[in-house]
Amino acid sequence: MTARRFMLATAIACLAAAPAATWAVTPAVKTSITVTHAWVRLLPLDLPAGGYAVIINNSATPARLTGASSPAYRSVMLHQSTQSGGMSRMHMVKQLVIPPHGRVQLAPGSYHLMLTHATHTIAVGDKVPVTLHFADGKTLTVDFAVRPANAH
Amino acid sequence: MTHAAHRLPTRVRRLIGVPRLLLMATLALFLVGCAQSGPPLVWKLNTSVAGHLPDLQFRLTDDANQVVTAKNYLGKVVVLYFGYTHCPDVCPLTLTHLHMMMQKLGPLAKDARILFVSVDPARDTPAVMHAYVTAFGTHMVGLTGTESEIRAMAKRYRVAFNRGPSNGHGGYEVNHSSAIYIFGVKGKVKLLATPADSVPDITHDMRQLIQQEIAP
Repeated sequence: MTARRFMLATAIACLAAAPAATWAVTPAVKTSITVTHAWVRLLPLDLPAGGYAVIINNSATPARLTGASSPAYRSVMLHQSTQSGGMSRMHMVKQLVIPPHGRVQLAPGSYHLMLTHATHTIAVGDKVPVTLHFADGKTLTVDFAVRPANAH
Repeated sequence: MTHAAHRLPTRVRRLIGVPRLLLMATLALFLVGCAQSGPPLVWKLNTSVAGHLPDLQFRLTDDANQVVTAKNYLGKVVVLYFGYTHCPDVCPLTLTHLHMMMQKLGPLAKDARILFVSVDPARDTPAVMHAYVTAFGTHMVGLTGTESEIRAMAKRYRVAFNRGPSNGHGGYEVNHSSAIYIFGVKGKVKLLATPADSVPDITHDMRQLIQQEIAP
């Protein structure tokens, strides 16, 4: 991806981020990152689930999200959905930059986590811990609320 | 009057006939105009597909494991969308939007059906499709079939799809056309939507189409 396209995608992701009063804010413990609106779209039959959140960088330096993991899923991948030429595509993202004092939204139709192969039965209403990994070696574990397939 | 007209020379009679024809034509146009009461309908979605894509036609297996054809859905406004169940992001988002649209349609939703056609028939059995579509809402049908049945259906509607490389975890993604086709009750294509179209816009056009297609 070119720098320009990446910046555009980041800008769109930032614009799309909308605060809601009902969501709990996870305080940053070891990083200057705050995560809100964290949720998983649960699909039946252990089909791959989408994970979404707003990631806020409270520091003066860029934060680089490089991946995620969860004890509740065998695999968690950072993905991006794109629409171009009338086609829907999904591809892996090696690194997602959260600008200084900025935010990036992992949102349906854009950046998201793909969580596959649940290690135990997961139900709507559960909370699943997801650990975000950053390029500087720091991690942040956040509870993702499990919501139904048609959540919006 | 008739007798008087008959007494006139033929050339003059022809001249009287011209305005009479014009009057009749004007009257006819006026009557046609009256039949379309109110201002012309405004559509939010793309209407340019109308007449440029073949009528709804297919033979596939539904999520109740029954062979179905387009005839099963005659009399319904049909929303046709292609995707696959291992798609964690865009397909659930689109089906959620379509479910929201159906909720907003209220009682009119009974006259519409959402047909979700798998572009991944190797993994999407009728049972998988059933679990998937019922997780989103009612009036939604999952359709799958053999590779060749799906290819024929996709080709008919110029829907491209291709299987991506292994994602390293035993799975793969399927890139696919994101078009959402909307057909009238007789299987004629009417509208084209994309996942980028808003729920209010899709709802607006669906309501208008159902009202236009199905007399109250």
